[in-house]
Amino acid sequence: MIRLEHVTKVYGETVAVNDLSIEIEKGEVCILIGPSGCGKTTTLRVTNRLLEPTSGHIFIDGRDICQIRPERLRRSIGYAIQSVGLFPHLTVAANIATVPELLHWGKDDIARRVEELLILVGLNPVEYAWKYPSQLSGGEAQRIGVARALAADPPILLMDEPFGAVDPLTRERLQAQFIRIQQELKKTVIMVTHDLDEAIRLADRIAIMELGRLVQYDTPETILSRPANKFVHDFVGTDRALKRLSRIGIGNFIRPCPSVKTSDSIKEVAAAIGSRRSVWVVNDEGRPIGWIDQSRLSESVTARETIFSGDIHEIALTNQATLREALSRMLGQGFKSIPVVDDKARLIGEITLHDVEAATADGEA
Amino acid sequence: MKEHRMRRWVLLALFSGLFIAVISSTGLWETTLRFLFPQESQVLHPRASLIVLVMEHLSLVAISSSLTILIGLPIGIWVTRPGGRNFLPLVTDLTSFGQTFPPVAVLALAVPMLGFGLPPTIAALFLYGLLPVVRNTIAGLSAVPPGSLETAYGMGMSQWQALFRVEIPLSARIILAGVRTSVVINIGTAMIGAVIGAGGLGSPIIAGLVQDNLAFILEGAIPAAMLAILADQLLANIEGSFAYPGQSP
Ligand SMILES: Nc1ncnc2c1ncn2[C@@H]1O[C@H](COP(=O)(O)OP(=O)(O)O)[C@@H](O)[C@H]1O
Ligand SMILES: [Mg+2]
Repeated sequence: MIRLEHVTKVYGETVAVNDLSIEIEKGEVCILIGPSGCGKTTTLRVTNRLLEPTSGHIFIDGRDICQIRPERLRRSIGYAIQSVGLFPHLTVAANIATVPELLHWGKDDIARRVEELLILVGLNPVEYAWKYPSQLSGGEAQRIGVARALAADPPILLMDEPFGAVDPLTRERLQAQFIRIQQELKKTVIMVTHDLDEAIRLADRIAIMELGRLVQYDTPETILSRPANKFVHDFVGTDRALKRLSRIGIGNFIRPCPSVKTSDSIKEVAAAIGSRRSVWVVNDEGRPIGWIDQSRLSESVTARETIFSGDIHEIALTNQATLREALSRMLGQGFKSIPVVDDKARLIGEITLHDVEAATADGEA
Repeated sequence: MKEHRMRRWVLLALFSGLFIAVISSTGLWETTLRFLFPQESQVLHPRASLIVLVMEHLSLVAISSSLTILIGLPIGIWVTRPGGRNFLPLVTDLTSFGQTFPPVAVLALAVPMLGFGLPPTIAALFLYGLLPVVRNTIAGLSAVPPGSLETAYGMGMSQWQALFRVEIPLSARIILAGVRTSVVINIGTAMIGAVIGAGGLGSPIIAGLVQDNLAFILEGAIPAAMLAILADQLLANIEGSFAYPGQSP
């Protein structure tokens, strides 16, 4: 657990951080967000004593960090930054091994750990361990940066815009990976970002800062539904309802739905559709491969002849998706419902536009 | 990449062999120079054999360049640390001044204090070679990417660990380029040692100039040129061994 008490950092005339008090629970992701220059980076850097606060105290697990030698403190806190800061003269493996080496781990332990971490961040150890940073893409470098921060298994991670310098698609992937890793490792994380969508997606709590002050510190849901003041309200923007959808998993909204096979007769298809507009078609493994519209029923005799087969991978969602993704699929494809599949791509139900609208309305109330 | 470097070391070894063969074959020198300059009564400097002259020259360069590196490197490191940063402009000015000062003038000033022979020559060579080493050390250390430094400290390296694990390896090539310039300059400048009796390859050259004997001049100039090429290549190869993929050349 991390606690900042009345932390102030002054640079000459500038008050970079102004009387900031904040508490981060163990295993939670706290995201600092706010306009450029509001003191996010400074807050992060006083937490591992890269900077000393002008006044105030910081406690980690109840212990004032000014009593811990800076080097020792920092070796127990993972640190990853936007410019990644990989050492260009060292291989990926040697970069990841930095902190374990500072802690004098044995050679074999280090080698094992490097391999483990590369696998954790989704990079093949055989292929990547001996590469140099200049031989990596931006996204790969960011992942190595995260792996390096995790190397000595620190309970705390500080991350300054860790996904800032990559293209939107890569960023999306890195965020998904971060969520997966965090679910597994349960680190206490303070992350800085200037991307509200990223904050809403990743944070347990969001700390909104303005001119060095903490303006609101709350769960993303609360920030979106009850902004503390006009600044937060404007910062959050007018599409709050939409943003909130990205916090809600589709799990609770999946409805069972009928499905037919290509071998089914038109009669069976008609029975399955009932009063619906269409029905999903699955193959023998139960994976969706297309759909049949009610309007086409009269024209044919077997399901095979009436099926619309789209690229089902672009339509179906997995059960880990959010309502926002569901809505965006529906709008993109012009569908009123979207099939949901399990991790083996088998149809488990569908999610309807009606339910998404209802969820949005709930939040507004 | 590796093969290319290997080839350069082999070439260097071959060239070194050639150099040793050249300076140790007194007979060959004698015959060639006699053939070229039949009018001279003497074609080889009488004071010492070529090998001895080369050794004298090498020790002048070795001592002064070692001093330059041993003192220049720490100075360059010190003025890029928080504690020494205030001295950065002063040090830069002083070392540039050291180089604009003609080495002969340093000699003239040093002789009254240090006497004749080795000490004043070493002092002059040391001062003269300091600038490239200090300048490149400062340039190299300042060019270390701020992100690398930030994460080095952020992950818990001490000042020394950051220096030796990150800053020096990252700036090694630039620093060594300064050392190379300094040593090569020194090999040429060491000629002036002969003026005040420090020996070296300057002896036959000065004698040749005084006595108007071109054979003497060649006896000093050719090995000195070869020595400079050799040192240049040796240091370039060492420099190359610090290269890593993606480094700006
Ligand atoms: N080393 C420094 N010297 C002087 N001012 C600084 C320094 N570092 C940061 N600042 C100032 O402190 C404020 C907060 O900076 P920072 O924490 O980097 O903001 P953020 O990360 O939110 O963009 C800014 O106004 C910045 O100009
Ligand atoms: Mg910042």
